[in-house]
Amino acid sequence: MKCRTCGERAAINMRQHKLALCRDHYLSWLPEQTERFIHKYAMFTRQERVLVAVSGGKDSLALWDILDRLGYRAEGLYIGLGIDGGVGYSAESHRMAQAFAAGRGLTLTVVDVAEVEGATIPEAASLTHRGRDKPCSVCGLTKRHVMNRVARDGGYDALATGHNLDDEAATLFGNTLTWSTGYLARQGPVLPGADGLARKVKPFCRFYERETAAYALLRGIDYIYDECPFAVGATSIEHKETLNRLESARPGAKLSFYLSFLEAKRRGAFLTAGDDLPAGLHPCSTCGQPTSAPGSCSFCRTWDAVRARRAERLTAV
Amino acid sequence: MSAQLKLRDKVYEVPSGMTVRDALLRLGIEPESVLPTRQGELITDDDLLREGEVIRLVAVISGGGASLAQP
Repeated sequence: MKCRTCGERAAINMRQHKLALCRDHYLSWLPEQTERFIHKYAMFTRQERVLVAVSGGKDSLALWDILDRLGYRAEGLYIGLGIDGGVGYSAESHRMAQAFAAGRGLTLTVVDVAEVEGATIPEAASLTHRGRDKPCSVCGLTKRHVMNRVARDGGYDALATGHNLDDEAATLFGNTLTWSTGYLARQGPVLPGADGLARKVKPFCRFYERETAAYALLRGIDYIYDECPFAVGATSIEHKETLNRLESARPGAKLSFYLSFLEAKRRGAFLTAGDDLPAGLHPCSTCGQPTSAPGSCSFCRTWDAVRARRAERLTAV
Repeated sequence: MSAQLKLRDKVYEVPSGMTVRDALLRLGIEPESVLPTRQGELITDDDLLREGEVIRLVAVISGGGASLAQP
């Protein structure tokens, strides 16, 4: 297969776009498209400061690379979760994120959850009722809290994540299966900031996962290849596999699913779903971050419980 | 007359002369979920498998990320 632009051997074929490109033209095309989507969805401007949440994986590092290439004021945030899984997962992903930042002279903020909160994510999960068998619930809660805290305290204008179209389509699929209209109403390329919540943006939301992986490989970005050990068997991955089977039979199915949803939303399909949203946000009595819960937010209550149970166990020993 | 497809720690033997895509479908691997590489270079899945070669498949599916839509 030949590159549509120059006729050289193609490195990637995007069946949903009927577009094949060689290495060099692909490495130009993806940043151009990223720029297009940043503008289309009014994510941020070149004058604004952007905090990129990096995990050491392909999506977030590719995003940071592209934002830097495009001249945006993008700095990174790495959250150390303390996940080992027999492969030193967090240590390795931390190393990847640090090496990436150091190699490009970029600023990386590191927050180690165990240092700040007193326990790793797997320890916290084992000490709470919040997902005893899997730490994904505590992990998601903690990451959202830390990301917002660092974005807010650091005065960043937007928090960018590397969510790709496969992530978005899988989330959409899951929320559609359960008709979680509140979540559907809030899903999109931009979640506007308000009341102490940072604006959240997903510049890669229209790229297939294989496209961001191809970019990372062609760009020579060293990323963590292993998936989080706790992601094995995750529902989101099952949804991705289901959608990929659809995509294989009908190229463009995933993109169409997501874009049709955004269009339906634009036309007001989920306006009444606002009824599911919290009536009002107020500052958490402990950390000050916005919450709909009375008193302390869910993050503070969870981690207070973790520390209390940890102290109980230490006393008992 | 065969070639090998390598995905993580698994190695699959397939006939050479067929396209990468056909080989993936025959093995039950979704073409959307991998990127095929030949000697470290990305190739498209219409490439024909050559006798004796090893095609490394890079898995692209990841998961478990925090949804930003949650409060």
